[in-house]
Amino acid sequence: MDVHAPHADPMTVIHQQIMWDRLISVVEEQAQTLIRIGFSTSTREAGDVSAGVFNTAGHMLAQAVTGTPGHVNSMARAVVHFLDKFPATTMRPGDIFITNDPWKGTGHLHDFTVVTPVFRADRLVALFASTCHVIDIGGRGMGPDARQVFEEGVFIPIMRFASAAGTNETLLEIIKGNVREPVQVVGDLYSLAGCNDVGGRQLLKMMDEFGIETLDRLGDHILERSRVATLEAIRALPKGTFRNSMRVDGYDRPLDLVATMTISDDGIDVDFAGTSPPSSFGINVPFCYTEAYASFGVKCIIAPKIPNNEGSLALLRMRAPTDCILNAQPPLPVATRHIVGQMLPDLVIGCLGQALHGNVPAEGTSCLWNLFAFGGSSQIDADSTEMMRARVFNVMSFHSGGTGARPGKDGLSATAFPSGVRNVPVEVTEAMSPLLVKRKEYRTDSGGPGQFRGGLGQVMEVVSLDDTAFAISANYDRVDFPARGRDGGADGKAGKISLGSGRLLKSKGQQTIPRGETVLIEMPGGGGLGDPFTRDAAAVAADVHLGMVSREAAETAYGVVLRSDYSVDKPETAARRGSRP
Amino acid sequence: MTPTRLAVDIGGTFTDFALEVGDQRYSRKVLTTPTAPEQGVLAGVGLIMQDAGLAPSDLGLIIHGTTLATNAIIERKGAKTALLATRGFRDAIEMAYEHRFEQYDIFMDKPPPLVPRNLRLEVPERIDANGGVVEPLDEAALAGLVPILRAEGVTSVALGYLHSYANPAHEIRSRDILTTLAPDLAITMSSEVCPEMREYERWSTACANAYVQPVMDRYLKLLEEALRARGFRCPIYLITSAGGLTTVEIARRFPIRLVESGPAGGAILAAHIANERRHDHIVSFDMGGTTAKICLIDHGEPHFERSFEVARQYRFLKGSGIPIRIPVIEMVEIGAGGGSIASVDAMQRVQVGPASAGSEPGPACYGRGGANGTVTDANLLLGRLQADRFAGGKMRLDTNASAAALQASVGRALSLDAPTAALGVIEVVEENMANAARVHAVERGRELANRVMIAFGGAAPIHAARLAEKLDIATVIVPAGAGVGSAFGFLLAPIAYEVVRTRHVRLDDGFDPAPLNVLRGEMRKEAEDVVRLGAPTAELVEGWSASMRYRGQGHDLTVTIPASDFTAGSVAELERLFLADYEQQFGRRIPDLDVEILGWSLRLATVSPPILPCPPMPSGTAAEPAAHVDVVAPQTGKTESIALHNRRDLVPGAIVAGPALIVEDETTTMVTHRYTARIDALGSIVMTRT
Repeated sequence: MDVHAPHADPMTVIHQQIMWDRLISVVEEQAQTLIRIGFSTSTREAGDVSAGVFNTAGHMLAQAVTGTPGHVNSMARAVVHFLDKFPATTMRPGDIFITNDPWKGTGHLHDFTVVTPVFRADRLVALFASTCHVIDIGGRGMGPDARQVFEEGVFIPIMRFASAAGTNETLLEIIKGNVREPVQVVGDLYSLAGCNDVGGRQLLKMMDEFGIETLDRLGDHILERSRVATLEAIRALPKGTFRNSMRVDGYDRPLDLVATMTISDDGIDVDFAGTSPPSSFGINVPFCYTEAYASFGVKCIIAPKIPNNEGSLALLRMRAPTDCILNAQPPLPVATRHIVGQMLPDLVIGCLGQALHGNVPAEGTSCLWNLFAFGGSSQIDADSTEMMRARVFNVMSFHSGGTGARPGKDGLSATAFPSGVRNVPVEVTEAMSPLLVKRKEYRTDSGGPGQFRGGLGQVMEVVSLDDTAFAISANYDRVDFPARGRDGGADGKAGKISLGSGRLLKSKGQQTIPRGETVLIEMPGGGGLGDPFTRDAAAVAADVHLGMVSREAAETAYGVVLRSDYSVDKPETAARRGSRP
Repeated sequence: MTPTRLAVDIGGTFTDFALEVGDQRYSRKVLTTPTAPEQGVLAGVGLIMQDAGLAPSDLGLIIHGTTLATNAIIERKGAKTALLATRGFRDAIEMAYEHRFEQYDIFMDKPPPLVPRNLRLEVPERIDANGGVVEPLDEAALAGLVPILRAEGVTSVALGYLHSYANPAHEIRSRDILTTLAPDLAITMSSEVCPEMREYERWSTACANAYVQPVMDRYLKLLEEALRARGFRCPIYLITSAGGLTTVEIARRFPIRLVESGPAGGAILAAHIANERRHDHIVSFDMGGTTAKICLIDHGEPHFERSFEVARQYRFLKGSGIPIRIPVIEMVEIGAGGGSIASVDAMQRVQVGPASAGSEPGPACYGRGGANGTVTDANLLLGRLQADRFAGGKMRLDTNASAAALQASVGRALSLDAPTAALGVIEVVEENMANAARVHAVERGRELANRVMIAFGGAAPIHAARLAEKLDIATVIVPAGAGVGSAFGFLLAPIAYEVVRTRHVRLDDGFDPAPLNVLRGEMRKEAEDVVRLGAPTAELVEGWSASMRYRGQGHDLTVTIPASDFTAGSVAELERLFLADYEQQFGRRIPDLDVEILGWSLRLATVSPPILPCPPMPSGTAAEPAAHVDVVAPQTGKTESIALHNRRDLVPGAIVAGPALIVEDETTTMVTHRYTARIDALGSIVMTRT
């Protein structure tokens, strides 16, 4: 079989496809290996990883389906930085490279990216890269409170993790000396290297099987096919320039996120000029992360089925001035860059909504509403006797509000978007800590009313069973500015964080929950789509029957009057819907 | 002498029968009768008993497997079910993992829960992670829910309280109260059906059990009565998803354990064939009309796991189904079968499945109105299936219809002629299966290379050799009677029961053997009580395993541990066993990390009779082909004339060099040019890479 035969041979087309499918399978094996042997909660419980294979120019050819967008699309651009520092000609078998540079990796120090060159008969044929979020990186921990990146933990510039001579023990010693969970962190670094090995081995097997010496021809095929398909999708869109802005909470003052999208025959350009300047706190976003979530949002709408690779991503061009929060420069703090970064799909989808005259979802909660709680001496503000008593614990569990309503469909309740993480079960959280979750249930009436309703948020109420205070690190948004409805749909209900006794807490930053108090986390709902008075009355009745919408809201927001058996009172409903001013 | 035994496997399309009388074996297939499945069973039982010339009283045992429970969930035709959950947590089964299983599709929906929110009722009570009572059960409030259940017409109830795996007292008390107040309600306790941590999976399992319980109860009662009325006095056993036999009584209590029993039968058959031939590491490959199942079997035993998903509604994607935590034989199932439909995507790539033409209308070549090109159509067009020999010649296939359908589905978009399009379809479906097998092996930390493949199911033998090439497998066995493989597997299953418990133990500090031995004693008793119902005196074998991991690591390894009681010295032994498994799977150990155990499981089974080895390969000569047929070779796309053999004409020892086709009524085996086939002493086709 000669796969290098000219394209005239129909079998070549088929074999190129088979190899492409195989490459996607190889990176999936790589990702599954990482999840299997990884340590940190976000790797193992939440699948918060990425894995991919790159050509020798540093262009991503294939990426695992498993993974979360912030990692995936930023890692896609990371390998070029490695090649800049260590040109391909200087790489040797046995080399493994590493960094957690927020600006060259995936946006904050907690994420390590490991790159492994693969050689076939001493010739560099590909690079495998993988990323995961480690449990600790020293510094102030995973919160927005630092004022400079230096406070956020240890920074590892791009360097060798290993060479043929062995692992870089000096590097490992430094990392171990700077993080709170050295064994688990170093374990994760080995896991990253290990999963790249699996990818490399499988790639070499594939090259043997198909008898190819380089990935050049296959790579060109993949990138070209993806580019053409993406371009076709873009050319099917109305041309023009569309501007959207969205106000979000920020740390201490609101932020305006602004995007100007130009759709042309040769791609989509998004410029974030006009966006608010950086924050003094760690919610700033390195550009790589901006690029990742913005291109994810665009791709979801225009070409969800085209595989992610350099060919499809290169047509989505992002730009942000260096004086805005979406292109934050060192040494600004960036630990919780996800809060603002996860808002970007809503921002760019708003632009596409103008181009497509609707036909896109309403805004959603978008940023994760994680329960990040800890206790023990030196973690909480309390008197010294109480601190001595406090049990040391550390809980990170992922949770979500509602997504925006979708064209023709309601939003998803308590579901992550755009992040791809999974939650941690209440029973697991409680087994790992003195915390007791008193309730975790849908938040009635939180979904934005509309012809299609926004997804509901949820309420979590948490208390400590120990007789001490504990602390939470709040990383929440959509508290001051809710997810907006679209095309006549109403906004989702804003989020809220407070003590059980009533006092409001800040939506961002580390705060102490006093002894005996509960913390009440009310997560936002997604925005509605279309006029709620046009929603199918039977759908409103079903929502009320299920307790997702109250009777009162059915009447006021939807103009639907129900009888006691949840059936629609048609005359009353017609009257109410007809009499709206 | 072994009693005369009959196996009955109800599948989606066919109900299969396998009968064993001494050395004699009989098999039958009848159409499944979905609205009253017992009728198909009774019809087939009548036929096969007639074939063997037996009277009902001659039968010693009936073994039954059915997809009824699975279908009830897929088709949402279960009982009206309520979930009684800890106050504040009734939405856990709907929030699921709070994530989207398909990243880019903004239109994806999560599977709706089996119990809608208005039937998820709250019970004031709370137990903490250590099993301590934080809030006592409000018995009056519980009793107050009964009128609601009545008003809603609920017939089955699942009880799901937080941490009930650690302390089931509130669930037990609630069951007792409900039983007193409403004795006709079926009740499932989450702490009994799945005593494991993680509320979503445990409650989801409890709801699924409750949902199918009345359906299965009614069916089993009808079947039992009908068989008794026809004079069958022998015991009836059901086959579970873990490949063990269990009594009707246990099946009625835990019907959720019966889902996926058909594939389990296939795995048992494959394990048996491997044992006969003393192969330590095999991969079984079962491909039917809609899906392919791939299962890794080591040292004669399939692996077990404790969870799977039923009713994956979105392209068979992980996460799009309902999670069920029960003991199950580990395997991967993908949407690749003979009926899988081919298409072309935006990147001009051929896609195959997971949509299937099923049996109605079926592939285009069936001539029943199917307009989409399928895998079967591609095989027919390439000459790998014979239009006039399909199903023993009882059904004539329409090659022109296949050509037209493939041209429309694939050829037109890619400017390929129909045969080339067909080649693409075959290559893609085989690559899909190979990739699924590879990812599955990686997920479980197992190697695929150097395994022996055992292929059965209507569509597997035609793809097995090529799949083996892709997976670097040198030997492929296609057993005799592969068409009803699962039913024959049932005949080989032991009486068995699995018990699992969550009990967290760290190996570094204060390992205390005493409470663990008490726990294991309880587990042993629970399993024995069940197994003894069916095997009062038989010798039993205990298979113990522990879920172990480095502390903080995500996934645990199932490590086989000794059956003997723990002593203070067991720590070192447990650690050694874990490290050995870990190193084998991941190639290295991690220094300085503590090891922990999360859960324990016991499989108690009757001892299987020793398996006689397959006699050595008889000597023989090259078989004389029945015909030569034109087949398109997948590597070159060129047509070549290859030998065609009828399987019934091939005697043990006969040699068939590839490329060749071996045809029988239920299936066709493709011997590719890289393999040579021989018929072994037990009638299996053994293909060896040359």
